[in-house]
Amino acid sequence: MVDVTPADAVPPAEVGEVELYHPHSWWTKYVFSQDAKVIAVQYSATATAIGLVALVLSWLMRLQLGFPGTFDFITPQAYYQFITVHGMIMVIYLLTALFLGGFGNYLIPLMVGARDMVFPYVNMLSYWVYLLAVLVLVSSFFAPGGPTGAGWTLYPPQAIMSGTPGGQDWGIILMLSSLILFIIGFTMGGLNYVVTVLQGRTRGMTLMRLPLTVWGIFTATVMALLAFPALFVACVMMLLDRLLGTSFFMPALVEMGEQSQHNGGSPILFQHLFWFFGHPEVYIVALPAFGIVSDLISTHARKNIFGYRMMVWAIIAIGALSFVVWAHHMYVSGMNPYFGFFFATTTLIIAVPTAIKVYNWVLTLWRGDIHLTIPMLFALAFIVTFINGGLTGLFLGNVVVDVPLSDTMFVVAHFHMVMGVAPILVIFGAIYHWYPKVTGRMLDETLGRFHFWVTFLGAYLIFFPMHYLGLMGVPRRYAELTDMNIMTESAHHLNSFISIMAFIVGFAQMVFLFNLIWSIRHGREAGGNPWRATTLEWQTPQTPPAHGNFGKELPIVYRWAYDYSVPGAKEDFIPQNVPGSFGLGPSREPA
Amino acid sequence: MSVIIVFLLVIAGFAGWWLSHQGLTAKPWLEQGLAGDLVGLDRSALPTAKIGLGVFLAVVGCLFSLFTSAYFMRMGLPDWRPLPLPRLLWLNTGVLALSSVALQCAVIAARRGQLDMVRLGLATAGLTALAFVAGQLIAWRQLTEDGYLLASNPANSFFYLITGMHGLHILGGLVGLGRTSIGAWNGARPERLRLSVELCAMYWHFLLFVWLAIFALLAGWAATFIDICRQLLT
Repeated sequence: MVDVTPADAVPPAEVGEVELYHPHSWWTKYVFSQDAKVIAVQYSATATAIGLVALVLSWLMRLQLGFPGTFDFITPQAYYQFITVHGMIMVIYLLTALFLGGFGNYLIPLMVGARDMVFPYVNMLSYWVYLLAVLVLVSSFFAPGGPTGAGWTLYPPQAIMSGTPGGQDWGIILMLSSLILFIIGFTMGGLNYVVTVLQGRTRGMTLMRLPLTVWGIFTATVMALLAFPALFVACVMMLLDRLLGTSFFMPALVEMGEQSQHNGGSPILFQHLFWFFGHPEVYIVALPAFGIVSDLISTHARKNIFGYRMMVWAIIAIGALSFVVWAHHMYVSGMNPYFGFFFATTTLIIAVPTAIKVYNWVLTLWRGDIHLTIPMLFALAFIVTFINGGLTGLFLGNVVVDVPLSDTMFVVAHFHMVMGVAPILVIFGAIYHWYPKVTGRMLDETLGRFHFWVTFLGAYLIFFPMHYLGLMGVPRRYAELTDMNIMTESAHHLNSFISIMAFIVGFAQMVFLFNLIWSIRHGREAGGNPWRATTLEWQTPQTPPAHGNFGKELPIVYRWAYDYSVPGAKEDFIPQNVPGSFGLGPSREPA
Repeated sequence: MSVIIVFLLVIAGFAGWWLSHQGLTAKPWLEQGLAGDLVGLDRSALPTAKIGLGVFLAVVGCLFSLFTSAYFMRMGLPDWRPLPLPRLLWLNTGVLALSSVALQCAVIAARRGQLDMVRLGLATAGLTALAFVAGQLIAWRQLTEDGYLLASNPANSFFYLITGMHGLHILGGLVGLGRTSIGAWNGARPERLRLSVELCAMYWHFLLFVWLAIFALLAGWAATFIDICRQLLT
């Protein structure tokens, strides 16, 4: 009982055609391109390149921690510089840029059925300002004194004092300038992502028909637009403290026997501003991952997402709640106990919408036709990892547990699991999933499986023992862990083991990079819709999608994004732009 | 951080109001096809550029709310010595208000299609905005000559920082205004010109509002106002 309405019974799209910019030369087509797809690739490539720098820095840190005293060139100063730049790159220049600038640019216009972003020129500027921010950051390696070693949180007063690497040299200035540039660039891009979702949707694409990927990226972008100004304010004020001797954050200090010029400033003020950005940042990275993983699971389990409405509400709830939990990063800074109680409560409340999402992913898998493709493997690994990291978050959200654990490796293990490994697993899954659309070819399956298993198991072998070290009391942020009572011989062995695993996991990423490059030419031809998925990006006339995405006419959307295995339909998926009604539910054809 | 929380509550109010009109309780798995009631849920009728500017202004508002939050937190510390505001700021306020009025006239003229009046409005707005920036610079100079240096007290630092940020936003707006004026003199399409004049006016009114809020903050009225609110609450 398939009832398909002929396509010509549908009125033409009422969405006004945008004036697309048509490139005329190689330069405007591939370099100064205004096409969101090219910008997405530029963003991704830059983020990956700077991410490799951060990977190497983590290796250097692990060399020092695993084999203390063996490598002379890793001085304590250098160690702190590695920590700082590694953290900053991974959180901001890699994860934020890749999820929003990379996946956001590629997927939003294609998934909502638009020809391009709504402000393509601003979108192009966004990438170039981002690139400039990255270059400024990299330049700090070559500046006198090297990059800043203040820790990725850049807490004053130490961040701008002479005892900290880069504090009285160029390091901190370049770091702050780079962040300011990044925020300016991001705001340009963010306006595009938000307004394209609001205004660029094709006919029939209501908000409740958006794929969850778009919901995740959209909400995360809104949050980022409201949270990044806090970092901007903090950076500008610290830059003034450092360059012009103001005292926003700097208290009166005696440094090297000399009274500093600062007076009366409040380091706590910086911490409030920083974490007002810093906590939403966790969800700015997590929400796109939540969205993408929902789509991966639904597609590769050939089953509609369980509880779509709840998933949307949970995304919005998490986005809103994440703005009222920031001070749980500041329990050890000292605060009114009632504040601690308030922030512990809000922190624990976030577990409710997050748990809803986890249950819905698991229930989507329940009795699904699970294909263990590489994207699916990564999605499953994400669910497990996110639960692990989230549970330790519940520990640390409580003041009494957080205070003794705050300065230990336990915290390092927690945030690497929940906001390092988990989102990166989604990024890998998403790359294996969408690479065929971007290049027209599949990534190599064997190399992919090797990459998955080494990364997944290796990450656990790195970070699980780290929880244990933390519970033993092994402190974080120490460059040398040799002469301490806590550091028993077994703890040293464990540290060496973690370091060796870190090298193996890092090596697996090189295999992945090789796969990315090799498959552009030698991969298997993918065709337009290799995963038999329903969303609009798989329905483009050309693969990779041409300029303008959808050929002559924009697609019209007749259904939600999750019509998999619908009873009565010929195939086990119905693309969003296929008219007709199948299975249950009242038919609502145009009058 | 109460100021930024209040600001975000306002934003959340707008977002909630908008979301409540988007059918978030729909059951998309039951609704296939292109029903008439779904078309109403599509994009907004407002021009896309206006929505883009609106989102940008929310970000700018967030930025200034955060500066204000930081101002109040820093103000509570014992070394705070408020600085006397130069009288010139009153004049500057008037000039900026004039600039806003001129742009509003340009908008009205653009809606009526009177190109001459549009040009006059744009030119007046541009010149008065420049005069405002110049006036702010003179006010800075007066203060430094009187010994209120940037680093000598946090109240001074905040004064220069916040007025400077506001001035930078005005300068950014002047770039947009300049491009609109070029269009007005080189014969841009009327509907396109009208849209850009409206965008400029929106931005200008917003920056005037921000300036009034900053002025109240720097003059100490905002703190008095908050004290009164606090007393009413307790």
